[in-house]
Amino acid sequence: MTPATPKPETITRKQSIIQPEPDTGKPLVFNTKGLNLYYGKTHALKDIHLPIAENEVTAIIGPSGCGKSTYLKALNRMVEMVESVKITGEVLYRDSNIFDRSFKVEELRTRVGMVFQKPNPFPKTIFDNVAYGPRIHGIRDKKTLKQIVEKSLRGAAIWDEVKDRLDENAYSLSGGQQQRICIARCLAIEPDVILMDEPTSALDPKSTMKVEELVQDLKEKYSIVIVTHNMQQAARISDKTAFFLNGEVVEYDATDTIFSNPSDKRTEDYISGRFG
Amino acid sequence: MLKAGSVKEMIQQKKKATSSTSVIEKAVPVLLFTAAFISVLTTIGIVFTLIIETILFFRQVSIAEFFSGTVLRPLSRVEPQYSILPLIMGTMMTTIIAMLVAIPVGLTTAVYLSEYASTGARKVLKPMIEVLAGIPTIVYGFFAFTFVTPVLREVIPGLASTNALSPGLVMGIMIIPMVASLSEDAMSSVPNAMREGALAMGCTKFEVTFRVVIPAAISGIIASFVLGISRAIGETMIVTIASGSTKNFTFDVTQSMQTMTAYIVEVTSGDAAAGTTIYYSLYAVAMTLFVFTLTMNMLARYISRRFREVY
Ligand SMILES: Nc1ncnc2c1ncn2[C@@H]1O[C@H](COP(=O)(O)OP(=O)(O)OP(=O)(O)O)[C@@H](O)[C@H]1O
Ligand SMILES: [Mg+2]
Repeated sequence: MTPATPKPETITRKQSIIQPEPDTGKPLVFNTKGLNLYYGKTHALKDIHLPIAENEVTAIIGPSGCGKSTYLKALNRMVEMVESVKITGEVLYRDSNIFDRSFKVEELRTRVGMVFQKPNPFPKTIFDNVAYGPRIHGIRDKKTLKQIVEKSLRGAAIWDEVKDRLDENAYSLSGGQQQRICIARCLAIEPDVILMDEPTSALDPKSTMKVEELVQDLKEKYSIVIVTHNMQQAARISDKTAFFLNGEVVEYDATDTIFSNPSDKRTEDYISGRFG
Repeated sequence: MLKAGSVKEMIQQKKKATSSTSVIEKAVPVLLFTAAFISVLTTIGIVFTLIIETILFFRQVSIAEFFSGTVLRPLSRVEPQYSILPLIMGTMMTTIIAMLVAIPVGLTTAVYLSEYASTGARKVLKPMIEVLAGIPTIVYGFFAFTFVTPVLREVIPGLASTNALSPGLVMGIMIIPMVASLSEDAMSSVPNAMREGALAMGCTKFEVTFRVVIPAAISGIIASFVLGISRAIGETMIVTIASGSTKNFTFDVTQSMQTMTAYIVEVTSGDAAAGTTIYYSLYAVAMTLFVFTLTMNMLARYISRRFREVY
């Protein structure tokens, strides 16, 4: 691969990554510092430095197998489900390291919700799906639960479609509706951050558009990290974009900059569809 | 390199060749059907015999006596009495004891294997449990009689040398692998996405297990219980050896009790002449036993269909 011709304003990669973008000045929800992750011998994440700002949509793009999902799952420590995983470095969530022994993983996951690639509602009614989190965390009062469910379903822009069928099994809904139920389920425990791993890759264009619009609305209240293979989607909905390649962050910047004026040749190649 | 169209040619040639062997194509379904038909025919034959002989039995003994009396005294010269209730009681008590062992232990094992065990632990434990399932029931029988009963008698003073308790417990141990492996199948077929969904919401492992996995697998789990019950009802060797042959109508499991299966063993191994009432009673008891286990098996099927979760 030929190295990129350096542009005059190009700063070295490390610097641009460690510093949060000066123009936003928004506080950070996550700050990743020197994160390395191994699946057994596979070095899946290599010295990641990446800030995630509050009330923004951060998109993660990159070719298949470059570590996007792994990074996302590191943020809520779901990656630890894999027995062989080893992690070094730190991820600060609101200034405390999530890998500290004193940091309770359940606590983290109630603050950091996740929406998966394939909709995965529970085999329960729509109501019970959304009420599931609040119930687990101790809310029993019927009236309160009802309010939470309605609020969450409205928040996920699906209330009007399901308000008359809350007692039906969530699996009776279409894929796109199921995905929004999963988003509602996530909203019901009022998280701080929402992680989304290719949330629209299993959806048709119309449902995709709905979810994209929803993401735009949600960033008013939540901070969102979204993994996507769809370049247009990243460009449409995100404020910041990180480009991953072979377990490294090649470039992180404002989405506009990444898509119009990337500083790394590899980013440019990927975005213009030359590989990946 | 393949020539364009050559694959198509090869397929067509194969097609032609197979059409000449169409005799096989026609014969196979017939053969398969015959095999299936033989087993169906056997079943029908058995059920038919059972019904006929049972009807003959009820010519000699009233249905009322059979199902409501409490005394079974087939060998009495003076006044033979034929009530099945003591046998049902024996079957019921041993089955209940067995399930009190098999359900909690089996389910706990299943939960451990499916949700908690590391891959290594699972690899070691599963075959060991399967060994338990492979032990012949006669071995369990003398284990109950020569080991469990004496040990229990140390603890429970009033325990008779043959009793319902000891074979019940051992039968429970025998059924553990069945409950464990069927429940484990049901639980591990709950998609991982469901567990991840719950974990990602801050649920603990315990909450995921008891509020997501078990509810989602409940039909399979209950079906495993019912099949276990069916197995306990039909179990013969253990109770014949360790529970004795006293036809007690009692709830006292420290005493000897006879089950339906053990009664059949006793009568068939004696020399009941064909045509005698005691001979026909065999069929009436067998019929009752058959109805019990059939009901249980159908219940298990119904449960696993009716309550199957969609996902
Ligand atoms: N459970 C696992 N065990 C071992 N290796 C894994 C595991 N999950 C992922 N990997 C490896 O880690 C690397 C990163 O995988 P990851 O799933 O994060 O990629 P991705 O960027 O999300 O890809 P995709 O776009 O296809 O979803 C890959 O090389 C993959 O083979
Ligand atoms: Mg992925």
